Parts: sequence; C-alpha cells; structure tokens
Amino acid sequence: MKSPFRPDVVPDKSVLDDHRPLIRSLERRGLIRGGLSLGSLVMLTGCDVKRPEAVEAALLAFSRLNDGVQALLFDPNKLAPTYPASMILRPPKFNAYYDVMDVKPVNAETWRLELSGLIADKRAWTLSQLQALPQTSMVIKHICVEGWSYIGGWTGIQFRTFLEHVGADLRAKYVAFKTADDYPSSIDMATALHPQTLLALQYGGETLADPFGFPVRLRMSTKLGYKNPKWVTAIEVTNTYPGGFWEEKGFPWFAGL
Amino acid sequence: MDQVKDKPIAAPPPIATPGRRLHPLPIRVMHWINAATMLVMITSGWGIYDDDVIIRGFHFSSFWRLGDWAAWSLNWHFAGMWFLVINGLAYLIYGFVTGRFREKLLPIRFKDLVNTIVETLHFKIAHDDLTVYNAVQKLLYIIVIFAGIAQVVTGLAIWKPVQFSGLVSLLGGFQTARVLHFLGMAIIVGFLIVHVALALLVPRTLWAMLSGGPRLARNSQSNQAHPAQGHTI
Repeated sequence: MKSPFRPDVVPDKSVLDDHRPLIRSLERRGLIRGGLSLGSLVMLTGCDVKRPEAVEAALLAFSRLNDGVQALLFDPNKLAPTYPASMILRPPKFNAYYDVMDVKPVNAETWRLELSGLIADKRAWTLSQLQALPQTSMVIKHICVEGWSYIGGWTGIQFRTFLEHVGADLRAKYVAFKTADDYPSSIDMATALHPQTLLALQYGGETLADPFGFPVRLRMSTKLGYKNPKWVTAIEVTNTYPGGFWEEKGFPWFAGL
Repeated sequence: MDQVKDKPIAAPPPIATPGRRLHPLPIRVMHWINAATMLVMITSGWGIYDDDVIIRGFHFSSFWRLGDWAAWSLNWHFAGMWFLVINGLAYLIYGFVTGRFREKLLPIRFKDLVNTIVETLHFKIAHDDLTVYNAVQKLLYIIVIFAGIAQVVTGLAIWKPVQFSGLVSLLGGFQTARVLHFLGMAIIVGFLIVHVALALLVPRTLWAMLSGGPRLARNSQSNQAHPAQGHTI
C-alpha cells in the first residue's frame, strides 16, 4: 500500500532540466521582489522587522538543542501523577487551531486507521478492531503550552501494545500521525512506548465526543497538549523527522513535560 | 576560612599587584550578561504570559513583549534560560569562593536597616563610599539573588512538571508554581526599577560597573575575606 504520508503523484525530475533557465529567472525575480517588499515593510511600519533570519536561526538552533536535552531528561519509567475519577472535568476543554463550531465529525463506518513506514503488518484498522484490543484507563493532567491545565480521564489502547501488535520497529526514531483535521504531528519513540501513552477511544468512561477527537486520538501524560493529535487517521513509524502543525510555525518539537 | 578571624602572625607580605577593584572584571562581565539575559527572560516571559493570563484582564502590550507571538517568546525564553542558569551559577560560585558575598552583603544589622530607611525618607542618601553597601542595599541584593534562584526552580517545575513532579507538589501544584514564577518576575522587576533608578541618580555607580570602580584599601576586611590574599596561620 502506498504511504498516506507521501504525495500521490510525484513530478518527473526531467521537468526541472527542461525549464531550468525559467526557474532561475523566477528565483532572481522573487529575490528582488522579496528584498523590495522587505525594505518597504520597514519603511511602512517605522520599526525594524521583528524576527531577522539570523535571530530566528539561532533560536531554532537552541530549540533543537533543547529537544535533545529534553530527550535526555525523559525518564521512560517515570509516571505522571494520576487523580481520582471524581476530579475529571466534564466536558473537557476544547482547543484547536479553529473554533469548535468548525469541527467536522468523522464517520466511524468509513473511518480507517492506516499504517505505513517501519511496520510489519500495514493492514488498516477499523474502530471495532481497535475496541477489541485490551483497554487501559488513566486520569491525568492536561497541560497546554499556553499555561492552562485540567484533569481528564482517558481510556484506550496502550500505544506500546498497539505498536507491538502491528510489528512496528521499536528502534525507529519517530512515530508520525495524520488526522482528519489536517493536523500532522509526531513524537519520539521513547514517549510512544511510555505506559501513559494511549490511543484513546473514551473520555470519562464514555465514547469520545466529536469535538475531542472521535473515534481515536492520541493522549500522552508526558507531553504538552498540542502534541496530542485528535481524529487520527494514519500512523507512520519512521527515521525521518516528520515535524508537525505547530512545529512548522516555530513551536518546540519535543515539548515534553 | 575560620582562621582568618585570628590575627595574622606576620604582616602580609607586599603584593605586587595593586589593590583589587570594587568590581573585578569577572563580576562586571557576569553583571552585564545577567542584565541582558534578565531583560530577555522578563520580556519573553510576558509574551508567554499573554496567551493565558494569571490576572484577569491584565495583558502586556506588544511593545513590551519579546517575540512577535507566543512561539517565538517561548523560543527566546528557552534559549535565554541557558545564559541565566550558567551565568548565575558562575556568579554564585564566584561570590562564595572569593568571599565577595560575605564581604559585601553581610552582616545586615536590624538597627542599620532602620537607620538607612529613616535617612532615605529624609532624603539623606549617602553615597560617598561606593565600596560599602548600606543595609537596605545589602538586603535588596540578597532578595534579588534568591528571587533569581527561585525563578530557576519554579521555571524548572513548569517546564518539566512530570519529570520533576515531586518539586511541583512541593510548590503546591502546577498552577501555583506558575503563579510563583510570575511573582518571582514581579520581585525582580521591582528590584530592577529601584536598581536602575539609583544607578542613574548616582552615575558613579554605573561607571564603576563598567570600569571596575575605586580600588579597595589593602588593609580592609576584604583582604581577609579574599582567600588569594588571606593568610593562614
């Protein structure tokens, strides 16, 4: 099966050679235009550009260094504090890059969980197949990068169990996710194998509601909220850095708690 | 260091180098690295704060925030933390090893504290001798050093609340740690306002932090507190 993580149609490389002069002139034009608009921007606002390229590059270098430090600090056996079920917030707090009114519910009948990459058995999963796997529950704190937090109760399949079940290469570096709301995400393998990392199907003992990721979302006690994709449709195990929605916009990738 | 209290048996042999300056070069370098780092940490922290405010209705306007939105405020904060921690550790080690903390910041007597406050209220601020800190100055420096350490501790708790879950519960939970981190910032900003205002009122102090300031008398107590020059029996 073709990986859902790769484009369906890849253009032939010879196209590049045929149009090389044109591409070069376009690049030149773009550079001039870019330079001019950058200059005019400075004149318009009367202040300097807020994020010069060199500063951004330096900050991203620190962010990558911090990813490494966080991976070292991560203790695969350290469990996050858990709470009594009575403390579960109902309903949980909705948060996405769009409004709750814009949530597009997923049809469980046609929904499939596709697998790709370094996985032995890449057959797609249906919801009832997932429900048949052993289920675990945890009541943990959800901490958002913005600063707010709440206590939530999640039930689902331990992600380690799932990865072992499908014969994933557990020595691979990354696990990447695709979702129905176009929110790509990825995590390190050590966190994927943590006992409090679940493919959650339920919240507070009931089937996940549409705004919170029905039918399946990832839920980890050891990462910030934005690392937990909802409405998961595909999983890839890979050694190539996959990035993610907020990571492309500058947020740190590891985001461990 | 206890033996330095005793009277040296012989007079100190003459030291080839002239007396130490009020602010030796390492102090000046660390001071200005810390000044820049603190500004980065405070203003980027305000950018992070604005995403989910602690005091309802209280925001920092974009003029005061470092980073054009939360992601870059975070990146500034998480880059700046290395400078704060490494420079701060070097400062603490230097302060203890050279005896500077004991020499400059101790002792603080309650009577002196009251006297300084009363004098200040009467606008009698004596700054003839830059090398001796008054009791209020000493107290403020000690408070801000502890506030800086507290910021690192509460910051660590907020950054890694699962890996350091014991620390988080010691601080009273994640949200309390966040508020403490905010209060630590407020204390440091409060210090900064007084500190900068006084430095501008008495520009000699500002110049001293750049050039090193007056040389210390050879026979001052600082001689004894300085292990390089102190004499053991």
